[in-house]
This record gives sequence, C-alpha cells and structure tokens, in this order.
Amino acid sequence: MKFGRISVMAVAATAALGLAACGGGTSGGSGGGSGSVKVGIKFDQPGLGLKAGADYTGMDVDLAKYIAKELGYAGTEFVEAVSAQRETLISTDQVKYIVGTYSITDARKEKVSFAGPYFIAGQDLLVRADDTTITGVDSLAGKKLCSVKGSTSATNVQKKVPGVNLQEYNTYTLCVDALKAGNVDALTTDDTILAGYAAQEANKGKLKVVGKTFSTENYGVGLKKGDVEFCKKVTDAITKYISSGEWQKAVDKNLGPAGYKPGAGNPPTPAACS
Amino acid sequence: MGELFSQYNVLGAFGITIVLTVLSALGALVIGTVVAIMRVSPVGFLNKLGALYVNLVRNTPLTLIIVFCNIGFIVNLGMSVSDDFARNNLVWATIGLAFYHAAFVCEALRSGVNTVPAGQAEAARSIGLTFGQSLREVLLPQAFRGAITPLGNTLIALTKNTTVATAIGVAEVAGLMKTMQEDRPDLMVPIFLVVAIGFVILTLPIGLVTTHLSQKLAVKR
Repeated sequence: MKFGRISVMAVAATAALGLAACGGGTSGGSGGGSGSVKVGIKFDQPGLGLKAGADYTGMDVDLAKYIAKELGYAGTEFVEAVSAQRETLISTDQVKYIVGTYSITDARKEKVSFAGPYFIAGQDLLVRADDTTITGVDSLAGKKLCSVKGSTSATNVQKKVPGVNLQEYNTYTLCVDALKAGNVDALTTDDTILAGYAAQEANKGKLKVVGKTFSTENYGVGLKKGDVEFCKKVTDAITKYISSGEWQKAVDKNLGPAGYKPGAGNPPTPAACS
Repeated sequence: MGELFSQYNVLGAFGITIVLTVLSALGALVIGTVVAIMRVSPVGFLNKLGALYVNLVRNTPLTLIIVFCNIGFIVNLGMSVSDDFARNNLVWATIGLAFYHAAFVCEALRSGVNTVPAGQAEAARSIGLTFGQSLREVLLPQAFRGAITPLGNTLIALTKNTTVATAIGVAEVAGLMKTMQEDRPDLMVPIFLVVAIGFVILTLPIGLVTTHLSQKLAVKR
C-alpha cells in the first residue's frame, strides 16, 4: 500500500501547512493538532461503520475521516465504540470523538456533548423482497419481529405495538439470517442500518426496506461534555461536509446500492454548540 | 436508583433469571446424575459415552451452545415449542443451560462417589445387591452428601451463567442491563450496582446454605 502511505503523508503535509498558516493563537487545549486522532466508530454496521480486514468503510467512517482532516489531524485511528460503552469511551478520553449511529438524546447529553446532527434517520422495517403484507408499523399485528437486545429500536417498537412478538439477538447479523430463513417477518432498527444490510452483496434482491419511518433519530458526533470550542470546530466541519457535496456523495456511495433515499429533513442543519 | 425501578421492570427481569436458574438446575441435576451413573457403571461403552459427553460439553463455550439452541434448533430445524418468541427462547435457553451444567454436575457427583470407600461398593456387591441396588442404596446417597459443596459451586456458576441467555433475547437481567445502559447512560453506576447487588442477593445464600449443609450432612466415617 505505497499509495496509502503517500496520501497519508500528503495529508500530514497539508495539515502542517495549514497549521503554519494559522499562525499562533489557535493552539490550546482542545481540537486541532498533528498526529493521528482516535475516533470511535461501529465495526459491525455495513454501510455505516464496518471493519473488513484492515479496511473501514461506511458513511460514518467517511465523516469521521473528513472531520479529522478538517481539524488538521494526520490520520485516524479507529476504535470500536459498542453502544453501551460510548459515553465511557469519551469521558475517559479513550477516543476524541465518536461517529457511530449515535442518536442525540437528553439522557445522553448528561454525559457527553454532541455536534450535529449530521444525519436524520428513522426507525424502519426490513422485510423479505417478496413480502407485500408489511407496509409499515401499523401492519405488524401478528407478525414476527426481530431486533437487537437492549437497542432503542427494540424498546420503541414494543411501545408502538404493545405485545408484539419480538425476537431479540445480540447482533443484527443473526436477525438478518433469521429473516432470510423465514423465522421472523421483519427486522426493525434505523433505516440507515437496514439499508446497509439490504445493500450487502449476500442480501441484494432478497431483502427490502419498507421506507416508512416511525421515529426520528438525529445522529450526532459525540464528544467530551462541555468542550464547546472543540464542538464548534466539529460543527464547522460537518457544515462544510454537507455544503461541499461530500455528504451526498457519501450517502450515495454507502447506502445508495439498496435504493435508499434519505428521509425528509436531510441533509440537516447542525445545531449550535452549547 | 429508585428511578431505575420505576422506569424498568427490574424485579421482573430478576424473576426470569430465577426461573431460568431453577428450571435449568433441575434439568442439569437429572441429566448430570444419569451421566455420572454412566461414568461409574461397569459397562465400558457407557463409561466412554459419559466421558465423551462431559469432555465435549464442558469444553464448548456456553454462548455457542445457547446461540446454537436458537439458530440451530429453532431457525434451521424449526423445532419451535411455541409461536411466542419469549417462551420459545426461555425453553431452549433452559435446555442449553441444563445440558451445559449437567457436565459439571456429573463431575461433582463423581467426586462424591470417590469419597465412598471402595470397600463399601465391594461389600454391597458381595451381599448380592445388583449394580442398580448398590448405587441406589449405598453409593449415591453418600455421593450426593459428599458432593454438596461442588454442587453448590455449580449452582452459583449456573445462576450467573443465565446472563448468557440474553444472546438469544431471553428477557433476563443482563438484557435489561443493556437496555438501561442504552437509554440511561447518565445512570451508568446505579445500573451496575443494581445488577451486581441483585446477583449477590441471589448467590450469597446458595453459598451459605451449601456450606451449612455440607457440614451438617457430611458422612462421618
């Protein structure tokens, strides 16, 4: 991978130039700087954050790299951010920021700060391609549903459809297998994650996203609580990411193959940091 | 901490943990006793079969067994006992836990059998008792009494191992803990405390009771 090394060096050089151009005054506690930055992402979500061998792909990965570049870091070092550990990873400085389908909620704001949203997702259903009986959350009565244990989606669907027959696994992959085997009728979670699975080579043409969301998930970049200066820099990077067209490119590249179109409100306007 | 109890059904989740523990402990005791009898029986084939079972099951990760119970038996072989996932998974998790811990119960009982002096078994056979009779009247009663401590250890391990059942979605404590962590990261420490204290409340008495029983029921020789 000679090419990779050269491009990393190029990025580093650019970063160094950028810093030099900035002159004094901007150095300080948070944000910016050379060297590589530790970023938390998901390792197991195709289309969003997926580790395949030594490569990382997905929409979140693209944004994570873009932010690192905008902030002047030489590179990124990815760390797996399992849902339940995200707050701890940030508060103990094990990662600088997290881009991992991280929905902005009030309970989470108690522990971390968010930059963004950079994407508005919603809970949706993934069904077998030949299934016409499931058209939305209203048609789930008597159907078998699958989700991941402990996920917000599982809790939410149980509220929307009381008494729903829900199978919970510890990974989405098992849900996808059960769906293809006919053991469950639908898999529910954020439409972005579903689109990622539908776009996978092994599932192409076999699964489809229903396309009727029934919740709003504002994905944000999680970072240290109260670090307003750093938050502002990340927000600027996200704004630039969207306005430059990189955002659209990333969505098309990572989620496009499943015919996925981002829902209403996308691309969002990042909120001001507080 | 009160917030957790009002927002989530913590006691209900511990209830499922207790149900899982009790049912699979009973299953493991029955299967384990059968396997132990096979291992001490004078039939070479049963000996080998029992040893094979113990070494195969004991050395397989529990998560693998539990997930296989779901993916293998329910999803691929269609062996559902109920259309309701919650009930189906509870039953298969119980079966998986019972078969896994049966290997440990068997070894605990075998250690109990070894506490019985060889002379007693020989004496039992020489007065004309069959293998079954000597097992029932002489060996097993003493074996169980001698194996109380290792059986108690297995029961404590089993109680905590029920958390693995969350992998296939049984609504027990570890699953609830994940849900709580996802929804309420602001209460991370109380969540851990509630779960940890809950398990101590469940397992500490087991240890105290087995220590007491092992002294009270010890065979005086």
